[in-house]
Amino acid sequence: MGLVSVARIASRSARLTRTVVARGLQTTADTTSLHGRAPEDKSEPFTLTLHEDSFHAHRMDAPSLDVEVTKDMLIGLYRDMTTMRRMEMAADALYKAKLIRGFCHLAIGQEAVSVGIESAIAPEDKLITAYRCHPFAVLRGGSIKGVLAELLGRQAGMSNGKGGSMHMFTPTFFGGNGIVGAQVPVGAGIAFAQKYLSKGTTTFALYGDGASNQGQVFEAFNMAKLWDLPVIFVCENNKYGMGTSAERSSSNTEYFKRGDLIPGLQVNAMDIIAAHQAAKFARQWTLDGKGPLLLEFVTYRYGGHSMSDPGTTYRTRDEIQRMRSTQDPIKGLQKYLEDWGVTTEEELKRIDKQAKAEVDQAVAEAKASPEPELKDLWTDIYYKGTEPSYMRGREREEARSFLPTH
Amino acid sequence: MSTPPPADGDLPGLATSALLRNTRESALKTPGIRWDEADVMSSIDTRKMNMFQSIRDAMSTTLSEDDTAVIFGEDVAFGGVFRCTMGLAEEFGKERVFNTPLTEQGIAGFGIGLAAMGQTAIAEMQFADYIWPAFDQIVNEAAKMRYRSGGQYSAGRLTIRAPSMTVGHGALYHSQSPEGFFMGAAGLKIVVPRGPIQAKGLLLASIRDPNPVIFFEPKILYRSSVEHVPIPSYTLPLSSAEILKPGSDLTILTWGTPLYTMSAGARIELIDLRTILPWDRETVVQSVKKTGRLVIVHEAGKIGGVGSEIASVVTEECFLRLEAPVRRVCGWDAPVPLIYEKFYVPDAVRILDAIVSTLHYLIPSQEFGVVHV
Repeated sequence: MGLVSVARIASRSARLTRTVVARGLQTTADTTSLHGRAPEDKSEPFTLTLHEDSFHAHRMDAPSLDVEVTKDMLIGLYRDMTTMRRMEMAADALYKAKLIRGFCHLAIGQEAVSVGIESAIAPEDKLITAYRCHPFAVLRGGSIKGVLAELLGRQAGMSNGKGGSMHMFTPTFFGGNGIVGAQVPVGAGIAFAQKYLSKGTTTFALYGDGASNQGQVFEAFNMAKLWDLPVIFVCENNKYGMGTSAERSSSNTEYFKRGDLIPGLQVNAMDIIAAHQAAKFARQWTLDGKGPLLLEFVTYRYGGHSMSDPGTTYRTRDEIQRMRSTQDPIKGLQKYLEDWGVTTEEELKRIDKQAKAEVDQAVAEAKASPEPELKDLWTDIYYKGTEPSYMRGREREEARSFLPTH
Repeated sequence: MSTPPPADGDLPGLATSALLRNTRESALKTPGIRWDEADVMSSIDTRKMNMFQSIRDAMSTTLSEDDTAVIFGEDVAFGGVFRCTMGLAEEFGKERVFNTPLTEQGIAGFGIGLAAMGQTAIAEMQFADYIWPAFDQIVNEAAKMRYRSGGQYSAGRLTIRAPSMTVGHGALYHSQSPEGFFMGAAGLKIVVPRGPIQAKGLLLASIRDPNPVIFFEPKILYRSSVEHVPIPSYTLPLSSAEILKPGSDLTILTWGTPLYTMSAGARIELIDLRTILPWDRETVVQSVKKTGRLVIVHEAGKIGGVGSEIASVVTEECFLRLEAPVRRVCGWDAPVPLIYEKFYVPDAVRILDAIVSTLHYLIPSQEFGVVHV
């Protein structure tokens, strides 16, 4: 397997200015090791060791490289990542069949971020993000049918078909967002409420490397550190903000160092085990009252920025192919599971089939759901009962026909 | 030799304005007032307050009755530029009334997050002129959150207060009236009070309203408007214009500071719009149907101002009743200039001119004695 460090490519300019050349962060998906044997009992904890370059820390000590897992947990991670990829592939197909219209941004390749975070946070924690929100929407209590129906603009959609790709919510998931960066100060507000109400929970506020240069992201950093809010800022660095590579948009591509006094951790988010460990560590950090933390999850998207972007004009096909074939988070975990005797190839195939069947059924159900009713155009603008009486829709004067004269 | 005109122009003074209620009895008769607690009418006391004191009173009420309520903004813990939060941090604690960095977009976003968690969030933009960095958060997040989440979340518990309108010498960045820019933001409410009694009741209604509200406070009225304000908590209705003086021949519609520029003219109906979005079409349309003439006065520029929207609706709804085109008397379509600020705002002469020309307007067919039916 390749030991190519993509972080090194991405932070070329930063690297040149460094006096001591640091070793690049690993973005391999399969360099975590098991010493000894995995226990028979699927719920019995055992310890894995991450590659020593799985984390880079800034103003803090990196978390332990030893990660406690169980067989059940590992199989669960595989099932979740596989299912999420299946769902995104189904969305891709529905889009290409012209059933999904509008904007659609897929997270294929980035599954270890959503599944890794979800594996480490408590159900009552909060999460907010912007684009590529579909897996979070499902994992935070939504459903595949709900996501796909939303993309299709159907009643069964998570926002009743009125939102679309970036607009899905659950009681613990404050949505995707179409305005990149806008969700970050909102996340700070959510975290403030958690602290004010002594909830003992934390907020994950995600944004991309592209959004990282928005002014309001820095406004949120400052407030969070000033008031020591229990918020984890997660920069999902997939190396390209739309079609512009990180080093062409950011003077400092070491996103984990951009929080000023907020400690930062760069994480190999192609390895699900490292992503899990980082999220677990970060959650505990904020719960310990140490204030905010900045995580940079180094990841990669296989597809274009959106469905209308082939994703090959600003990066080489070779680069994409190399990432897919050598650093894929699902394949990496699959190798772990087989190498460590956690499960068998047959069992994994069964999980794959299950995932496919689950998504296929969700597609069928979503397609069967009707479009929103016309009255829904005007619902949920103002609080029920406080709507103005004259919210405008089609007016009677607009409906007329012009008959030919003889 | 004739006497030169007064230096401040021929403007009626606030001190003598009939629009302000200077006795307990008149204060208790404020139309539309809704007391929080019934059956206390006889025992209600009033206190003489200016507008910043009555706004403070409303926020103090909220902090007392609602444990989730917090107030934040630039320097609010010290009382704020206009003293609206004086002493609240000392009284209710610095964790509930706190200063933010100079970070308007962050303040709005932060408040939206708080509100989405079910807390009552009262944010202050130090001046309405500083609201532009927060425009995205207000229009894209606060106004749309309910809609885009299918009703699961909202920023309904967010109220943003901001001092607005001219002050005589505020110039480009301390005298603007931005309400018109928010007109298209369905989901949002915009409220402008005209004095202390109104400010307390409308602010409490805004804070309790389950939709996000921007509360623009005409800054020149903070100190200059004084009324006897009822001590107990009460609300005044949103989206409800108030007819301050009934009349038969012409309707003047305005809000905030310009109300005090209107002299008591015979047969002129004076309306305070109070809520700019969603505005009270019913009251305005009924009034114009009765008088046949409308003059809209606001401090913001004419192009794209709130008056444009109202004039369109009135034209649609009252066309056959109109005796004259709807006139708008507005700020000039220029930045608010320091030295010319007095000339920028609609003054008594410009308003009078609009009233006279509207009253004297002749429909061409009448002029030529020909009536086309």
